[in-house]
Amino acid sequence: MQTNPSPTPTAEAPAGAAPDSRETLIEVRDLKVEFNIRGGVVKAVDGLTFDIKRGQTMGIIGESGCGKSVTARAILRMIPRPGKITGGNIIYHRRRRLAGHQTAPAETNIIDLTTLDPDGETIRQIRGGEIAMIFQEPMSSLTPVYTAGTHINEAVTLHRLLPIKTLGDQMADKIMQYRHVTREEAREIAVQMLRRVGIPRPEQRVDSYPHQLSGGQRQRVMIAIALSTEPAMLIADEPTTALDVSIEAQILDIMRELQQTANMAIMFITHNLGVIASMADEIVVMYMGKQVERAKVVDLFYNPKHPYTKALLQSVPKLGPRTGQRLASIEGMVPDPLRLPTGCVFHPRCPAFMPGKCDQTIPRWVEAGPDHWARCLLYEE
Amino acid sequence: MAVASAPSALPLGKKKEFSQSYWSLVWYRFKKNKLGVLGGIFLIALYFLFVAVPEFVSPYALENRSNFVEAPPTPIRFVDQNGQFQAPFVYGLDRKIDQVKRLRTWVEDPQRKYPVKLFVQGDPYLLFGFIPANLHLFGIDADQREARLFIMGSDALGRDFFTRIMYGGRLSLMVGLIGQFLTLILGATLGVISGYYGGATDMFVQRFTEFLAAFPNIPLFMALSAAIPPFWSPISVYFMLTLILAFLGWGGLARQVRGLVLSLREREYALAARSFGAKDSRIMFRHLLPGTMSHVIVIATLSIPGMILAETALSWLGLGLRPPLTSWGTLLQDAATVRAIRFTPWLLWTVPPILFTVMTYNLLGDGLRDALDPYSGR
Amino acid sequence: MVNYLIRRVGYALIMVVLVSFVSFVIIELPPGDYLTQRVQQLRARGDRSAEQQVEMLRARYGLDKPFLERYFNWAGNFLRGDFGESFEFERPVSEILGARLGYTVILAIATTVLTWALAIPLGVYSAVKQYSPGDQIISVVSFIGLGMPGFLLALIIMYFAIIVFNLEVTGLFSPQFQDAPWSFAKVMDLLGHLWIPALISAVTGIGGLVRIMRGNLLDTLGQPFVEAARARGLKNRTVTWKHAVRIAINPLITILGSDVFPSIIVGSSLVAIVLNLPTIGPVFVDSLRKLDMYLAGTCIVFLTIMLLVGNLVADLLLAWVDPRIRLE
Ligand SMILES: Nc1ncnc2c1ncn2[C@@H]1O[C@H](COP(=O)(O)OP(=O)(O)OP(=O)(O)O)[C@@H](O)[C@H]1O
Ligand code: SF4
Ligand SMILES: [Mg+2]
Repeated sequence: MQTNPSPTPTAEAPAGAAPDSRETLIEVRDLKVEFNIRGGVVKAVDGLTFDIKRGQTMGIIGESGCGKSVTARAILRMIPRPGKITGGNIIYHRRRRLAGHQTAPAETNIIDLTTLDPDGETIRQIRGGEIAMIFQEPMSSLTPVYTAGTHINEAVTLHRLLPIKTLGDQMADKIMQYRHVTREEAREIAVQMLRRVGIPRPEQRVDSYPHQLSGGQRQRVMIAIALSTEPAMLIADEPTTALDVSIEAQILDIMRELQQTANMAIMFITHNLGVIASMADEIVVMYMGKQVERAKVVDLFYNPKHPYTKALLQSVPKLGPRTGQRLASIEGMVPDPLRLPTGCVFHPRCPAFMPGKCDQTIPRWVEAGPDHWARCLLYEE
Repeated sequence: MAVASAPSALPLGKKKEFSQSYWSLVWYRFKKNKLGVLGGIFLIALYFLFVAVPEFVSPYALENRSNFVEAPPTPIRFVDQNGQFQAPFVYGLDRKIDQVKRLRTWVEDPQRKYPVKLFVQGDPYLLFGFIPANLHLFGIDADQREARLFIMGSDALGRDFFTRIMYGGRLSLMVGLIGQFLTLILGATLGVISGYYGGATDMFVQRFTEFLAAFPNIPLFMALSAAIPPFWSPISVYFMLTLILAFLGWGGLARQVRGLVLSLREREYALAARSFGAKDSRIMFRHLLPGTMSHVIVIATLSIPGMILAETALSWLGLGLRPPLTSWGTLLQDAATVRAIRFTPWLLWTVPPILFTVMTYNLLGDGLRDALDPYSGR
Repeated sequence: MVNYLIRRVGYALIMVVLVSFVSFVIIELPPGDYLTQRVQQLRARGDRSAEQQVEMLRARYGLDKPFLERYFNWAGNFLRGDFGESFEFERPVSEILGARLGYTVILAIATTVLTWALAIPLGVYSAVKQYSPGDQIISVVSFIGLGMPGFLLALIIMYFAIIVFNLEVTGLFSPQFQDAPWSFAKVMDLLGHLWIPALISAVTGIGGLVRIMRGNLLDTLGQPFVEAARARGLKNRTVTWKHAVRIAINPLITILGSDVFPSIIVGSSLVAIVLNLPTIGPVFVDSLRKLDMYLAGTCIVFLTIMLLVGNLVADLLLAWVDPRIRLE
């Protein structure tokens, strides 16, 4: 047993020792999402492949409109009409507890999320319960007529389970029986969660309506909602864009701390290179729906392979106390998603453009270094 | 608001050219809205038939009475009792007393046949008020004592109800136009003044409209029109009624104009005009009012049906136009009781033209609104 | 909240005073009304008892006093529950209107409830199933219904009720309950009759409300908080009703006071005239026709007060459902 200090009595004790945090949670394989709009088909996500491991943070960066949010929504099966997943798989290694059932924590089911009914029972248990999401617009993500507490209660009563008793040990795994929480317990959890995300006077704040909270507080409430169900993964879609710098730093601290204590995976989406450098273990760079590079964070920052990534990194102002600015623009225009360039989609803007090659051949996904992948003809023999 | 922003950047002298191209743009957008155009065409047809030439369209004169009292619509036949197909005709009617229901009814007499023709000679009238004529669009030739053509039945005095609906439309449709015209003048003037000067006028306009809105509108109309002296001539009653409708209706329009003027007042051309030393009234009515015109037209179009309906409701209740004036409202008086619906349901034929008018105005108004302001909400 | 309440109530009270003033002007407006005629008749008779009666009327209505004094006299009596006398019926106005007032309120409430009970589910369906055949049918019908005047629709519905379905549509009670004391059976009988006029006057309002509800809900469904609620794992139905509809309905409450309720009061009055219901509507029209002005004026005041109360209720409702207003 790992001696992970559990923040709440109910936090799932990770089974097994060190390898656990390396255990795969989500495998995205060649994911494709298309929007069939009036002017044609927008390939919002085109051939995305990456893994997320338990306890690990995966960063996704790219210019506006490159498909980051669509990727996040695809995992939760919440692509808005007229969008559709048109290819690929999202393999989810599910490990869950059931009310009234006896569960050993190590039981793992493997499901392909892309095959689920987007309105069905299973995906609804996963949404919020096992994979929680914080959206890009924190200010308006709370329903104006409900208090912070009501929001948290909603998630908690739906998903959170408390252990009734320990039934025994089996090969170092505890076998437990669980039940749903009661209203009073839900309120208590709400207060507790608000305290953990650093909201002052949480006993009173649970009964505050969104318009009575500041922007930073609202965002904390969003995080509290997301984390109150003890999800296995948190998808944070630009969770701090709307906040000012000091609050941003606090929120990031809270997320990091909670990740450590609960061994939660995070998929962190941002424009902000400074933030991603301090948060992520591994990074996926996207351009026009395509994954152009993927590497460990240090690798990526010190040894970027893809010309787009290089341009991105160069566009970060080097001076000043704060490295994390929003991405300054890269030369050239973002192409019309309905009329993507031939060959490599980046070729009209690429400084390393090779005429006759880049505009004709579609680059493949190749290993450009040890565990460092890129989609660029420079790395193809 | 596309309308409000469009004129902003124009120097004074260019105004004329600009407005031409602006209106042609509006016209172009309007033409693309098929339903709106259809509404407009129907309205023109409606006004032509009901206001200009009802005498010609209807087969009889307005007050032409007959013995055929409360006769149901006459069926126009194409096949006689031998199964022979022929030109359209009607049978003569005989009175019959239904002993069981104790009702007078009319039955067709297959022995007497009268062909229905187009352009028949009949009751004389003055076309457009001065051309003597006796031609009617359709009718039967018969001596009027033997048979009648009542395509929508007849009323309690044996008058052709279709004829009455045609003539009734004239007054009802005109109430809408005249009343709305008065409303427009009142509302636009007060709206511009209230928006331009602010202050006391503005207070007054604001509070007054708010106050009027506190009343249930039709009951207020009713109370005011009840106060029209009974000894007045029908024409005076007509105009008084129109005035009442206009007086109670200008508030909404004034508010909208006020809002527009508030936004236009600080625009360059108004400021320029002021710096040239133009008089307030000139600025208001030559520069500001035209800027609001397009909106005003739309609002007016959309509120004409309300006015027509108010007249209809009032007259129906016996508080508006009074006989001998004939409007759709006065025609409803005889139709809108449970007894009448049971025994003379054809008198409800007044309703479809009213509904049709309202619909066409709404279609036209919607079309105009979209043409003037393509981003207006919907 | 208290502030808001005081403001709204204060506003309503000021309006009542103004409205009563205008109503009194209306009472005095028509030339040749009953009171004037009566006095003239009595004067013409010229005998002692006639003189006495004239004197009585003069005292009661303050005929020789200035206008403002007459108004205050009337308003004072009004507050005491003395609404004057109906000349037509030769009975106090309060007696004539007494029971009718109750039925008017009941009918208005029933109509409002019915309007909402029909409009909101239709609007929600239309928005949730956007562009489905059902939505398209609802949209077309409500567009047609939008500009349609209530009393004409009422006539059409009555036509079908009478000619096609042969329904008994007049009155609020079956004959055997007409004068019976109140009992459970009588209430049921009332409900059995009430739905027809309520439905007829509801039809007008529904078209507009459906369109507004659909539009609002479509806007709301695109809001981040709806997506966030879905991401919490809630059922679609819960998301729609508990989060989206709950927000989309607020503007409807605002227009409940400003638009829906007035049109319901007017509409149900007209429908009541056609159906000859024991509400204020028919008496009001009748009194206007006969220039029985104290009766008519009282009716106007009551109709307007109903309207203002309706407005107030809508305001309070809005404050109740929307914490942003309540906690201001
Ligand atoms: N509802 C939608 N309808 C049509 N197209 C959409 C829709 N949502 C997203 N898209 C398309 O998908 C592409 C990716 O959008 P996405 O929201 O994932 O961008 P993003 O990377 O999150 O950008 P940002 O940083 O601005 O949030 C966009 O080009 C957009 O055109
Ligand atoms: S493939 Fe060619 S154009 Fe594309 S990124 Fe690589 S070098 Fe640039
Ligand atoms: Mg995004």
